[in-house]
Amino acid sequence: MDFPEELKYTEDHEWVLLEGDLVSIGISDFAQDQLGDVVFVELPDVGDTVEVGKAFGVVESVKAVSDVYAPLSGEVAEVNTDLPDSPETINTSPYEDGWMIRIKPDDLSVLDGLMDATEYQAFIEEE
Amino acid sequence: MNKVKKTVLNQVHRDLGARMVEFGGWDMPVQYTGVIAEHLAVRSAAGLFDVSHMGEFEVSGPDAFVFLQFATINDLSSLVNGQVQYSALCYATGGIVDDITLYRFDDEKYMLCVNAANIDKDFAWLQELAVQHKGDYELVNRSVDFAQLALQGPKAAAILGGLTSADLLSLKTYHFCESDVAGMPMIISRTGYTGEDGFELYCSPTDAETLWRALMEQGVPQGLVPVGLGARDTLRLEKAYALYGHELSAEILPLEARLGWITKLEKANFCGREALLKAKSGGVRRQLIGLRLTQPGVPREQYSVRVAGREVGQVTSGTMSPSSRQGIALALVETVAAKNESEFSIVIRGREISAEKVKLPFI
Repeated sequence: MDFPEELKYTEDHEWVLLEGDLVSIGISDFAQDQLGDVVFVELPDVGDTVEVGKAFGVVESVKAVSDVYAPLSGEVAEVNTDLPDSPETINTSPYEDGWMIRIKPDDLSVLDGLMDATEYQAFIEEE
Repeated sequence: MNKVKKTVLNQVHRDLGARMVEFGGWDMPVQYTGVIAEHLAVRSAAGLFDVSHMGEFEVSGPDAFVFLQFATINDLSSLVNGQVQYSALCYATGGIVDDITLYRFDDEKYMLCVNAANIDKDFAWLQELAVQHKGDYELVNRSVDFAQLALQGPKAAAILGGLTSADLLSLKTYHFCESDVAGMPMIISRTGYTGEDGFELYCSPTDAETLWRALMEQGVPQGLVPVGLGARDTLRLEKAYALYGHELSAEILPLEARLGWITKLEKANFCGREALLKAKSGGVRRQLIGLRLTQPGVPREQYSVRVAGREVGQVTSGTMSPSSRQGIALALVETVAAKNESEFSIVIRGREISAEKVKLPFI
């Protein structure tokens, strides 16, 4: 399983990446592996606001429905519009093509409270 | 809580990297590589399932026939030696105890195959019936004497054919024989739960691992893959086969659950008959129907089903069909809606998603 060093991770298994003014969000390799084949993705619209700790989207595998939680608050600037037609991208490329949304964050300092790759790996081994 | 039970193949599944889950009190593989890949392999080639958690009861003796005619809703009189019958046990209320397959070895020896989660309940129920219907027969729970593997898919016969002396060409669907596979004695039954051609093999638990390995060795070159409970569920749902605890329960009548074809009300007497006759003459309240989403989404069990904004029933099983890539659902709805409506909606996270009634099976 792969946990890129440049990402930060949440206890709900989302990853975030600061790219310029925007923060990209998706779910981790561990999360996609636990879910199994992803068959449906529900995402917010551009312009919606997301709130830290609240669900902003839904990922469904054959067997399970899973909420995706916002690691930080902000306004949705971009949405991965390819995902609804090819939700399996979350399985095959969770960190790149499987990104879900990009937001304009309200408060970047929230990032400091998230786990780095080493901490996240230790976290999931404990789970 | 009872300890979670393991089949004799538990370690084989773990060694294959299966993800294990608890199902009906058993620690079972839900998937090996992925539900969709396993599902599609069964539709196009073949899959191997460990279904050793299923239960087997034997009923034997001169009065076995009479007892089983009373205990089951289908008619045994049409059954010949070596034939299998799909049937069900009902309470006096007409509600379903379990759905079963019934094997006739000869006129004094039958075997019932029952759902894993219901083994204890079913056996206790049959014992209770046996007290009321005494006779010269014996009822034995033989679940620990059998492991069961299901080999399913269009390549199943070709794979099994290379390992058995049984004449598979003359073994018809819903028939069985006592023969050998890979040199081991077993029951070969041309039955299954996937809608594909295939076999259910009942063998001694001590032979199960050897059988698994022999089938894999023979089958992998022909596309055989091990298949977990995840794909077992999507395969049966595409074919609209009922699953106990979802389409079938003590609160659901077989006449509501599309099991009218096995409910032989013309049979002289069987447990549940009076209640079912009464339900039929009064009009059956609910019907199980098939719905296909016409908008993106995945229907799930217990989601509300509506017509023009009014709730008419609930989803009993739903999934994204791996074959058609559409949301499909079985739903128990009011009979009037089932008969007269074609446009339904399913409420998913508070939103009505359009669904159309479709003929079953889904594929």
